[in-house]
Amino acid sequence: MNMELIQPFINSLDAVISETMRCSARIADVTMEEGSYQRTGVAALVTLSGDIEGRIILDMDAAAAGQAASDLSEIAGAPSEETTREIVCELTNMVIGNSVTQLNDRGFKFRVHPPEIFLIDVGPRGTLDSETVLLRFELPKGAVYLNIAVHENSPALVG
Amino acid sequence: MEFKPLTSADQPKIRFLVVDDSVFARKNICKMVEAFGGEIAGEAGDGIAAISKYKDTRPDIVLMDITMPKMEGIEAVEHIVRDHPEACIVMVSSVGYQDNILSALQKGARHFVQKPVKPEAFYEIIRYVLSENSEPSRTTPAEVQS
Repeated sequence: MNMELIQPFINSLDAVISETMRCSARIADVTMEEGSYQRTGVAALVTLSGDIEGRIILDMDAAAAGQAASDLSEIAGAPSEETTREIVCELTNMVIGNSVTQLNDRGFKFRVHPPEIFLIDVGPRGTLDSETVLLRFELPKGAVYLNIAVHENSPALVG
Repeated sequence: MEFKPLTSADQPKIRFLVVDDSVFARKNICKMVEAFGGEIAGEAGDGIAAISKYKDTRPDIVLMDITMPKMEGIEAVEHIVRDHPEACIVMVSSVGYQDNILSALQKGARHFVQKPVKPEAFYEIIRYVLSENSEPSRTTPAEVQS
């Protein structure tokens, strides 16, 4: 997969986590994946259509999701499961939205669909023509995974 | 951080309609609006509901997300401004590329704030839009392009 497609997602995840949770997200691992996605914690899925098509899953393990919910909801005690899902969904919206902004500024035109909470344990495969990259980020508490299965529909415009 | 209220104690509070499909994002924005001394006139979770809520509540400012189910924010702006040219709408979205911003401004939005929203910047934009509302000039697409 073209790393120029991936870099905006790495930048955006770090920036959004830094802004909202006041901590850094250190990239710990990058792997190419095959087969279905296995959810680890609380996850949300966003679909893209246009010059770049595919889907992205942002998945926070229990520790990271709990920390995000606690930091962002600013409520005393443990946030509810519903609040945690809402917050992971909104973080996904911000990460993907910021990434898409960077990709659009490089000439890719596409549409982002609203994030959907991803409740099943085993998720969709990347499509046959999409390679899937799994990025693992470490937070002070827990980990965040970005599973990216996208492909270009138009000739590469980056450069 | 403390903010000077948007209006003085003897004036009515500025009324906001908050439109976002995320309940969490709406709560977060409402909290900021209240910290600025504003009042929540209503909330909506998609563009269609926003049009209807606008008619019912006639807010001073609409804070409008872009990516939403049923009807996206930019289309909702077009409908609201067509029926209510005086509507004061600020886009609040994580998708902040120039085409989107230009399109929203061309449809009649007054300004754009990118998520994650920084309260200090958001407060200044709201103050700017309110001050602009009392004057004839607006941010134009040409200004954004430059």
